[in-house]
Amino acid sequence: MPETSETAYNFAYLDEQTKRMIRRAILKGVAVPGYQVPFASREMPMPYGWGTGGVQVSAACLTPEDTFKVIDQGADDTTNAVSIRKFFQKVAEVAVTEHTNEATVIQTRHRIPETPLTEDQILVYQVPIPEPLRFLEPSEVETRRMHALEDYGLMHVKLYEDIARHGEIATAYAYPVTVEDRYVMDPSPIPKFDNPKLESAALQLFGAGREQRIYAVPPYTKVVSLDFDDYPFDPSKAPHPCALCGAEHTYLDEVIVDDAGGRMFVCSDTDYCASRQAEQAA
Amino acid sequence: MTPLLDVQSLTKSYGGRIGCADVSFRLYPGEVLGIVGESGSGKSTLLNCLAGHLAPDAGEIIFDTRAEGPRDVLQMSEPERRMLGRTDWAFVHQNPRDGLRMRISAGGNVGERLMAVGARHYGEIREAATDWLNRVEISGDRIDDRPAAFSGGMQQRLQIARNLVTGPRLVFMDEPTGGLDVSVQARLLDLIRGLVRRMGLSAIVVTHDLAVVRLLADRLMVMKGGHVIETGLTDQVLDDPQAPYTQLLVSSVLQV
Ligand SMILES: Nc1ncnc2c1ncn2[C@@H]1O[C@H](COP(=O)(O)OP(=O)(O)OP(=O)(O)O)[C@@H](O)[C@H]1O
Ligand SMILES: [Mg+2]
Repeated sequence: MPETSETAYNFAYLDEQTKRMIRRAILKGVAVPGYQVPFASREMPMPYGWGTGGVQVSAACLTPEDTFKVIDQGADDTTNAVSIRKFFQKVAEVAVTEHTNEATVIQTRHRIPETPLTEDQILVYQVPIPEPLRFLEPSEVETRRMHALEDYGLMHVKLYEDIARHGEIATAYAYPVTVEDRYVMDPSPIPKFDNPKLESAALQLFGAGREQRIYAVPPYTKVVSLDFDDYPFDPSKAPHPCALCGAEHTYLDEVIVDDAGGRMFVCSDTDYCASRQAEQAA
Repeated sequence: MTPLLDVQSLTKSYGGRIGCADVSFRLYPGEVLGIVGESGSGKSTLLNCLAGHLAPDAGEIIFDTRAEGPRDVLQMSEPERRMLGRTDWAFVHQNPRDGLRMRISAGGNVGERLMAVGARHYGEIREAATDWLNRVEISGDRIDDRPAAFSGGMQQRLQIARNLVTGPRLVFMDEPTGGLDVSVQARLLDLIRGLVRRMGLSAIVVTHDLAVVRLLADRLMVMKGGHVIETGLTDQVLDDPQAPYTQLLVSSVLQV
């Protein structure tokens, strides 16, 4: 491509050398499911906390033929999702969509789409804190050793504390999982409701920008949520159907509808909910 | 009888300074060995080398493992050594803050070693924790309190419970009663003595308090400048010390 003012960006923003470095980290992550691969995170034209890790992983994966979707808490239209989508429209000129089934690469924050993903799709997670042991053990040297030696008793101490204090495992987000019977992994702050979907046909990639880590769950990998024999993992589901589409099996957001305290529960996955409503109207 | 621990020529220096030098001894099952000596004589260095917290420069530490009999701990892989460290071995630090997780409840502290070796039944872990709190004379209704809310003596007893819950065979203690009031010390010593006897534990206790060794230790090792200068049955050494330094040590205590 000739260098003109319109093509001043390399395809998908990152220079080729950086992309190669990130792809290598991704491949290593795929080869060792759940293992956190260090990578040299680059400055991105957005602040940390806006998904710079996910953006770099998406940039390293996207090809001109891809169709890209961005969701933030299940919605395509939040500021964060819109700005990331616009960014890639500009620097990669890829097609974008809000429909899960049309997308080939989906970048997400805090949710896994309700529509089951396929082998042709990549789900990229934005991760704030990749280390599941961090709140229990502040030393990086020690947490690395714990992963290396599969020394995960401390994870159960956290769940024990939850039950002792709240009568149940109160962890509702970023609920830790064991990947392929080996590494304990933080699935990013998705609701535990989404944990069963981590066993998927799609390739799942996790990018943490500030903490400079990439990890992966390849298609059809075994992913088990930690629990106790007498307190089994419970993905828990709000006891209502969606007020808009009537779905009884989706993750719901509570919305305030007026200033008299009126509220309703609707699907957090807006694309999924809209598709169901469209089907019902047809 | 096979010794539980057979230590040969253990040496550790820090740069040019001697930590401990050429230490050899045997510890038999059910025996309590006291290590005494002035400050800087190498007691902690030796204990930390034995327990795998420090890498010695030379020597052998042969431990009679349950599964495979006598093995040199220093030749084990790190996972093996770690496993030993949370099953058959226990380490009681002088400062309970070093041996406890201060932000985790008493029950979680006691349960950690059980969970580390695979316990996955909350009810059973809690039962074991309650049982152990009772054994160290901490009321069961404190099980969900954090150690920060405990007195120094209670913290030390909690540390002991946390260590003994997996039924270890060898306990290392570094000044277990140091930093406590005299009356609290006495009660703790009584408790430790009871547990050691009842569980048939072998123990190595570092202290510079001769009252502690008289009460706990079957045998005594006196250190000075990193070397073992005298060793023998506790009563023998205390009543008839041979080395001039030991004579000084014993007489200075008697004068107090
Ligand atoms: N981390 C270290 N770096 C350098 N020198 C050390 C270190 N730790 C201990 N030493 C030195 O090694 C020698 C033995 O120290 P150690 O702490 O083993 O003695 P101790 O008998 O436990 O003393 P105390 O009764 O005061 O606890 C001392 O000369 C000490 O200064
Ligand atoms: Mg010391």
